[in-house]
Amino acid sequence: MAEKKIMLGNEAIARGAYEAGVKVSAAYPGTPSTEISENVVKYEEIYAEWSPNEKVAMEVAIGASISGVRAMASMKHVGVNVASDPLYTASYTGVNGGLVLVAADDPGLYSSQNEQDTRCVARAAQVPVLEPSDSQEAKDFMKFAFTLSEKYDTPVILRTTTRLSHSQGNVVLEEREEVADKPYERNIGKYVMMPAMAKGRHVFVEKRMEAMAEDGCAFPVNRAEYGDTSIGFITSGIPYQYVKEVFPDASVLKLGLVHPLPKKLIEEFASRVDKLYIFEELEPVIEEQVKAWGIEAAGKEIFTRQGEYSANMLRRALLPEGVETQAPASVPARPPILCPGCPHRSVFSVLKKLKLHAAGDIGCYTLGAVAPLSVIDTTICMGASISSLHGMEKARGKDYIKNWVAVIGDSTFMHTGVNSLMNMVYNQGTGTVLIVDNSTTGMTGHQDHAATGKTLKGEVVPAISIYKFCKAIGIEHVVEVNAFDLQELERVIREETARDAVSVIITKSPCVLLKGNVFPDVCAPVPEKCKKCGACLVPGCPALTKREDGSIAIDATMCNGCGLCMQLCPFGAIEKQPKQTTAGKGEKK
Amino acid sequence: MMTKSIMIVGVGGQGTLLTSRILGGITSGAGYDVKLSEVHGMAQRGGSVVTFVRYGEKVAEPIVEEGQADVLIAFERLEALRYAHFLKKDGVLIVNDWRIEPITVVTGAEQYPENIIEDLSREHKVYTINAMEEALKLGNAKAFNVIVLGMAAKHMDFTKEDWLRIIEKTVPPKTVEINKRAFLAGYGS
Repeated sequence: MAEKKIMLGNEAIARGAYEAGVKVSAAYPGTPSTEISENVVKYEEIYAEWSPNEKVAMEVAIGASISGVRAMASMKHVGVNVASDPLYTASYTGVNGGLVLVAADDPGLYSSQNEQDTRCVARAAQVPVLEPSDSQEAKDFMKFAFTLSEKYDTPVILRTTTRLSHSQGNVVLEEREEVADKPYERNIGKYVMMPAMAKGRHVFVEKRMEAMAEDGCAFPVNRAEYGDTSIGFITSGIPYQYVKEVFPDASVLKLGLVHPLPKKLIEEFASRVDKLYIFEELEPVIEEQVKAWGIEAAGKEIFTRQGEYSANMLRRALLPEGVETQAPASVPARPPILCPGCPHRSVFSVLKKLKLHAAGDIGCYTLGAVAPLSVIDTTICMGASISSLHGMEKARGKDYIKNWVAVIGDSTFMHTGVNSLMNMVYNQGTGTVLIVDNSTTGMTGHQDHAATGKTLKGEVVPAISIYKFCKAIGIEHVVEVNAFDLQELERVIREETARDAVSVIITKSPCVLLKGNVFPDVCAPVPEKCKKCGACLVPGCPALTKREDGSIAIDATMCNGCGLCMQLCPFGAIEKQPKQTTAGKGEKK
Repeated sequence: MMTKSIMIVGVGGQGTLLTSRILGGITSGAGYDVKLSEVHGMAQRGGSVVTFVRYGEKVAEPIVEEGQADVLIAFERLEALRYAHFLKKDGVLIVNDWRIEPITVVTGAEQYPENIIEDLSREHKVYTINAMEEALKLGNAKAFNVIVLGMAAKHMDFTKEDWLRIIEKTVPPKTVEINKRAFLAGYGS
């Protein structure tokens, strides 16, 4: 009997890649896509890497495909923006070995800076999109994606969303299909996209998409489930599950291929149901095309473009009786925060003290924007801290940015920060760049990168030195500082922000959650010395609380012993104590 | 069988993902269709986190919505209060009697509510345990979440033996014994 296993959507995508005979996988971590690579790497048959950014990952996969093997790249939705340059032209070249881009959208913004819909990119790039609805389909569609890719000579996007990627469900496992490497033949008409060749390929791309729209009517992934024909839904992905939950007897056209759309199938379905709804999260990608064909349907006039859908949302919109729910209790919010012992908190406490503005970037340190730290002013996208600071200087002059710094993490610096820094040097900027180096990609759960000295496969390799890199591009003032040395940090930041030249301050201390990185002691208050001034509370460490009498309590089970509060106390009222090894979290009060 | 809905709520870093793996294992192992939805990424940095588990003959929706949970397992009091309206009328609430102050309380912007358990008990069937104290008695505070799970297990459809078997299969080999003892401490052997 076939083995059945409960799998995370992302784990099932990785399994699908394995069963499809994939040989090369490249990615840059990003929620909700990260676990795809973390599972792909478990299969010895697949070469898997963390690339420095998504564009590089996409190009690695394209190269592998041209050489004749099945290859994939995976990334979050905003990563697709970074990879869109190679993607748009890979649409023209097509493939040799099958090529699949797994794009993970984040409706509801669980961990992202915007809520964009990858299907819009796919339409613009003229690349087909498959969208599964559960873990089993995630695996099956991944395999089908490679079949489509090779049959129609196209990269294929497998679109997932946070809810699918991070939900578990049962999956039936199958054997790996050993796919023979395809021979490579030189073909500049197909693989060299100069204008003359690209013109020809554009014609091919149009024909390919027309053929897929036609053939798609018979693909098993597009399925009309006829029931009560007084009401019909066109839907796909996770929203399909909400339709089945609320209207188990309604007629449903479940689309697995969401671009190009199977026009004839949709026309037939529409003609057989009385009232047609189009139920899709985010943008009206299906709806606009269906309506453009003159088919009457209801969609975004009822269902929002924002956030995640749910069964209750559908009940409220369409059931006459609606749905009755209790109002939630009014309770204090619990937003995410920097961990106790996080080196970013230490660096931010200095920026706060010096009243500096910070052009921020993407990572845990984005959390420095909110109270009580409140030091990050801007967050746009990966790498934007350095280049946007440069733009401010060019707009308003070098004195304008004397109380500004750029703040970027080590992984984000390797991703696209390097380009921005080269620009600052080349175009004679004078900005101060803080690279907060915690030796990992923190927010996504600790992935290695080119400056950590370890690969996704776990091999130890020479780490690229950020310090030497900055020196090599001609920056004279590059300083490395221990992130917890407040005095030195303050001195260096004052000195470098005053300087009329580009400078880079690399603040170093590993992420406190990294295995093996533990401070030996914990911090404890000395009540008789405490003057209740609150200086230790300023950076907002969650292990510290103020008692009713104004003195300080430190939760020994949460404290990681970084000693930041101890340094901030002017009265020596906090000291280190040996850690008890059986610590948990929180307290009974 | 009607689909059953379980929720686990807590604070990022409290180990909700291990508990959800055990729940996924036991429901799937018993031959049910199961869907289980987790939170990864930013919220795990000390934020409010929630895991949904639904099992039955055929499960469509992967999330539990307001008014639908048969069992709500809360690893912290404030989180119990935050999600209590997800319970069915006759749903069961299991609360770890423990307080972790959110940053909004630490900074003084908001107040941590008093008498949470008493207030919740007026509307719901509430079972409480100080799992951290129990875990420390067992010699490992980290096992507190499996103690809470043990208490919740009495309100689900599986035998003690099933639970112990799946714990053995799911947790790291070195922690099998402590986790089994933790489970029994909550289950009340």
